[in-house]
Amino acid sequence: MSREEILRRVRAATADIAGPLDIPRRYQTAGSAPGQTDDGLADRFAERAGDYRATVRRCRAADTAQVIADAVAARAARLIGVPRGFPAEWSALLPHPVADEPPLDIAALDALDGVVTTCAVAIAETGTIVLDTGPGQGSRAFTLVPDYHLAVVRTGQIVATVPDAVAALDPARPLTWISGPSATSDIELTRVEGVHGPRTLDIVIVGSRR
Amino acid sequence: MTFLGMPGAPRGVGQLRQREPFPQAAASALGDRQLRRNLGHATSTIRVKRAAAVAEVADWEQLRVAGAAIKDEVLAHLDRYLVQLEAQVVARGGTVHWADDANQANQIVTDLVRATGQAEVVKVKSMATQEIGLNEALAAAGITATETDLAELIVQLGHDTPSHILVPAIHRNRSQIRDIFLKEMPDAPPGLTDEPAELTAAARAHLRRKFLAAQVAISGANFAIAETGTLAVVESEGNGRMCLTLPRTLITVMGIEKIIPAWRDLEVFLQLLPRSSTAERMNPYTSMWSGAAEGQDFHLVLLDNGRTATLADPAGRAALRCIRCSACLNVCPVYERSGGHAYGSVYPGPIGAVLSPQLTGVADNPDLPFASTLCGACYDVCPVAIDIPAMLVHLRSRVVDDKRARHHGPIPDTPEAAAMRALAWAMSDQSRWAWALRASRAGRLLGRRRGRIRHLPGPLAAWTVSRDLPRPPAQTFRDWWLTQPRASQRAAASPGLCLSPRTHPRGDEGETREGGASKAARRRAREEN
Repeated sequence: MSREEILRRVRAATADIAGPLDIPRRYQTAGSAPGQTDDGLADRFAERAGDYRATVRRCRAADTAQVIADAVAARAARLIGVPRGFPAEWSALLPHPVADEPPLDIAALDALDGVVTTCAVAIAETGTIVLDTGPGQGSRAFTLVPDYHLAVVRTGQIVATVPDAVAALDPARPLTWISGPSATSDIELTRVEGVHGPRTLDIVIVGSRR
Repeated sequence: MTFLGMPGAPRGVGQLRQREPFPQAAASALGDRQLRRNLGHATSTIRVKRAAAVAEVADWEQLRVAGAAIKDEVLAHLDRYLVQLEAQVVARGGTVHWADDANQANQIVTDLVRATGQAEVVKVKSMATQEIGLNEALAAAGITATETDLAELIVQLGHDTPSHILVPAIHRNRSQIRDIFLKEMPDAPPGLTDEPAELTAAARAHLRRKFLAAQVAISGANFAIAETGTLAVVESEGNGRMCLTLPRTLITVMGIEKIIPAWRDLEVFLQLLPRSSTAERMNPYTSMWSGAAEGQDFHLVLLDNGRTATLADPAGRAALRCIRCSACLNVCPVYERSGGHAYGSVYPGPIGAVLSPQLTGVADNPDLPFASTLCGACYDVCPVAIDIPAMLVHLRSRVVDDKRARHHGPIPDTPEAAAMRALAWAMSDQSRWAWALRASRAGRLLGRRRGRIRHLPGPLAAWTVSRDLPRPPAQTFRDWWLTQPRASQRAAASPGLCLSPRTHPRGDEGETREGGASKAARRRAREEN
């Protein structure tokens, strides 16, 4: 049996090593970043997400529906998928919402112009949003097949660093970390945005001062 | 030194071995001007970007130290972590398979694909499946595998082999890529230009139908978390997400060293990997799943293929820390000029020079440990602090030991060994040495035209196969020294200056192997810890 054979080889190969090894964690661990205000984190997140050519808008909670509708209109996107659990007041002004309930199949997703979702966590340092297929986020395919993705981030969801995000996430759920639109550097290491995933990523930050 | 009961990667399958000696392979690569231009441009671009991405992180050295320690802990107790990972993946609805070597892994994957009744699969870029030659094995079984990473697609369509871990088509420039697309991609737009954005759009259109219809996908993995059974794939283009998410069946082939112990450990590697490989704060997409996600049929194939043999060498096992970022390739003066194909293995560059010979056994890749100047730049940039130069020196001695062990009867003297012995004899006596230096002036008969010696005569010719020799000076330093007035000799020979042959200090040999930059990095790491 290969299983026993590989384990036997591993044990023989490591017979010279005794005891658990010490892992020094003198880097900035979760919660150790200097305290930052929600607005400070939102500023940093907006700047970093923008560096990766995501278009970032910020608004007060009351204006969310309008800002989302404007963003979608600016992309000339018509059919917009709306996942289960996405706040109804946010999708209220979309001209052609398509409910993802029951979940749309791949062909139906391919027929959409785009989707709107919430997210689980956002990371200021790297401009990353993380989806965990929770309420308002749809399945993994939902945010992958359509060519346009608009993600809404509440300021309270933005953490400072990668360790903060890892601490906040549940590994039992399927996770998708997204930093800007899909990209490649495979041709002469020249960055080209927009390959197989959504070629356009818009982010709306809700609840900040602006 | 041999490691009994630890077979290396088998011959005749996969791509881990040199097809011709490195010096010959490198010589033909060096003769290709286009290749050198492409490589020089790409590696210098990424070097600058990586340095900036790393400089931005105040705790980079501490992350490096932690990354190395986490990987060492995994390697030290790999049996436990493998069993734990298996239990977690199975508990979450996945199936785990174990493969001793490339042949077994190929058979397992082929059987799994056949069981689905499908004859086509889509693939996410994966070093492990390149290493074992999975595409060829599938083709032999009548299964078509389509590479979906842009660079892998370029390599596949060009009937080529990868030459870089991260950017497998780094040896191709935009106009070469356009030509490949026009020739090999039936649906390429006829007016295709060589703009990277247009080429990328052509690849998107070409692959999209395949993605949406795919029933079976094959991937590698960047990390597997023993504690939670979570697999992680780090990518940029979204082809990974397409393959990992849409097909009903997902088969992931992963080297056993890709494990990390705990969920929390990802916080280290998700900082080290993107900045080291693509020089980004974060790569566009990272997918993580535990077991059978969203109702998929998930199979994990754990691959040895020479990894336990590597693990058995205490001075070589740290090569298994590698997270395949390819930063060492981009800074290597040898790789930058020779390119990846010269190494023969899917793992080129400095990491390949230490990994490939260990996976196959040094007898099958005897030149690779010598394909380095030991400058130490690779060690400086390695995010998991693999001391590649020290390992290269160690493997050089293993190559020599292996040759001795396999030779029956007295070993015939190599010209190099004879020359070294003669040199030792001459250098052990001052007057002999002075005479030898003067005698070297006879070498001035050579290289008169160019001022450099291109070809040494007789058995010494081996030295000039891959390098020129400077023409000896008309006067040796010692002879010149004797013509100097006594007073200036004394002043020059004062402490701290070692001009006089008589006052040459001993020791310090330990300092000469590493490059200065590498020493500085070590000192920094020491101070910060």
